[in-house]
Amino acid sequence: MIKSPLQYTLRLRRFNPESGEMPYWQDFKVELEGHRSVLDAILKLRDEVDGSIGIRCSCRQAICGSCGVRINDKPGLACHTHLERAAQAAREGSRVIQVEPMGNMPVMKDLIVDMDAVHWKKVHRVTPWLINRQPTPEREHIVPRQSMIDVTQTMACIQCGACVSDCLSMEVDPEFIGPAALAKAYRFVGDPRDAWHYERLKDLSEDPHGLYDCSHCWMCIDACPKGVAPMSQIMRLRRLAGSDHHIEDHNNGHRHEHAFTENIRRNGLLHEADVLPDSYGGKLNPRAVPVLLYSLPVILRALARRKITFGNALLHPHRRRFKGLHRLFDSIQRRESRYELNLYVSGYDSGEPAEVAGSGPAMVATGASGLDTTHAPRRQGEDR
Amino acid sequence: MRVAYWPGCVSRGFTPELHGSMAKVAPLLDIELIELDRAACCGAGVIAEHNQELADTLNARTFALAQQTDGELMMNICSTCQGAQTECQQRLDANDAYRDHVNATLAGEDLRYERGLTNKNFLWLLVEEIGLAALQAKVARPLSNLRVGPFYGCYIVRPMDQLAIDDEHPRHRYLQWVIEALGGTVVDYAGVYKCCGFPIITMNRDASLRQAGRHLGDALDADADCLVTPCPLCHLNLDLQQPLAERVVGRKLGMPVLHLPQLVGLALGLEPRQLGMSKHIVRPASVIDWATAVIGAST
Ligand code: SF4
Ligand code: SF4
Ligand code: FES
Repeated sequence: MIKSPLQYTLRLRRFNPESGEMPYWQDFKVELEGHRSVLDAILKLRDEVDGSIGIRCSCRQAICGSCGVRINDKPGLACHTHLERAAQAAREGSRVIQVEPMGNMPVMKDLIVDMDAVHWKKVHRVTPWLINRQPTPEREHIVPRQSMIDVTQTMACIQCGACVSDCLSMEVDPEFIGPAALAKAYRFVGDPRDAWHYERLKDLSEDPHGLYDCSHCWMCIDACPKGVAPMSQIMRLRRLAGSDHHIEDHNNGHRHEHAFTENIRRNGLLHEADVLPDSYGGKLNPRAVPVLLYSLPVILRALARRKITFGNALLHPHRRRFKGLHRLFDSIQRRESRYELNLYVSGYDSGEPAEVAGSGPAMVATGASGLDTTHAPRRQGEDR
Repeated sequence: MRVAYWPGCVSRGFTPELHGSMAKVAPLLDIELIELDRAACCGAGVIAEHNQELADTLNARTFALAQQTDGELMMNICSTCQGAQTECQQRLDANDAYRDHVNATLAGEDLRYERGLTNKNFLWLLVEEIGLAALQAKVARPLSNLRVGPFYGCYIVRPMDQLAIDDEHPRHRYLQWVIEALGGTVVDYAGVYKCCGFPIITMNRDASLRQAGRHLGDALDADADCLVTPCPLCHLNLDLQQPLAERVVGRKLGMPVLHLPQLVGLALGLEPRQLGMSKHIVRPASVIDWATAVIGAST
């Protein structure tokens, strides 16, 4: 890192709703050491050049989560981004550090977005507090240590909104509950003291903008400065909702997952002609009919172009190569508990990459115990 | 080079032109494909969300089959396979006890996965194994004046550390590099790294098609002649479903979408029809016109 001061160019997105002007870019020059943060530079500019620059901040050390912005098109904490690194990551070698407000939230002024209108509203949506069991224990509620380690990853969240900023499902469906709030939901669904696991999962599965509205784009995993991996928490919620609590949601979320898995068990390779109708309950299911009708124009065109042939769609040409595969499925699906390995918790053997995406000091190691698994109970039967 | 070849499911299902064009292009690049025909679906992230161990075991099985061949590495032609398999491999490679546990299931088929397989998408292989200079040297019909928009697919660009994308391997730039090496013009537009929406097509069709429609529209506004993608699942939402996406976003799109081997094949001198482009839902008219014009000009 560069220790003596260097000149950096900051290109800030400016917007003042009271001025009636459209948002615009403004360039500033600032002299600072390369290891200082983008926030340091902005605060210096605000103190010395233009007192009207709007940015929210408090702790200046990646703890409070208030300085979320987009730097060179990527969301992150302004106080946790070195100037030199930001300059190196600038577009086409320009070294111009571009800072703009986070996405998916309305801009209030310059770099400040309305977290209440989006982020906090969504967090509130998931009932972000512990619902006690009745009767309330007289003394403290003692739980196995291991079960709390499982939720530490979500507890590392500092509510900065970086994941919300870049969520691609939210971009097209602003009502989507979104990564931060769903990660928060796992914090309680994974907590053995909470009494509402089923109710929470049922609620989030049935919400058309809930658990199954995430398009698995990984954006939130790369965005998060604390290694929370919101998408992984969403997948945990789905496993609990579908595989353990057998919640058949109206969004076809669990049905699709089940149809897909069964499809592979039967065919080895995905047989697309079955998986779509099966996700709606089968070709003859009243739910599937309107979907097939809606898709009819593309189905007909695909047949006309010989992209899809009747033979391929009706027969299962690959199936015979996978005769024994169902045994592999059976042996795993019939286990008493599901095995899940969370590298955030277990870490790496053999001195391999000891770092999980940006997890930094929040990483929890559980010693050399080797296999670390979450044993989620199966409520009814084993397989459906 | 000889590679253990994992074509994935969709390239042999609803996008047969992908598998077909890869088979045509491979010999021109001196790639010998050893097809893993007993390997099963990677789970596309869906099986993992149902049961993580099941997805890890299915992929460990594929890796073990690849290790039984004499291929230098394993090659896939699907962004989603790359991402889903890398995620499983990361868990398998990280924890010896877990790998043993998974291998115990595979023992029934006399298979065993040994830590440390190299699994590269065709895109990565083009840049890192074949090399852009060597690729360029094989170009018979440079893609001059063809404006191509890259569309990566989420699973091949995120999470960056899991996919080993760094300064040394800027794998999130490779599509642009390849387009340039083939003589084409890279079109920058808002959708390059975004999600095609396919994973939620059965859960929230409107949002899914809106994603596809928006990116196609952005590419159109940036004057792209076509898009190119290394992901057949993206191709399903961007090409097969494009007429439906048009309805949702309320605009005519007509944007051709090519699979990566098709674009490479075109530059290596193969004809659009040989590369299966007649199977596309959106006729790649701009590309066919371009190819015809190039032939016209050179005779
Ligand atoms: S993975 Fe899901 S929650 Fe995360 S950013 Fe993408 S759509 Fe949003
Ligand atoms: S999950 Fe990560 S990115 Fe999202 S609000 Fe929490 S700390 Fe910020
Ligand atoms: S100022 Fe507190 S996280 Fe940046």
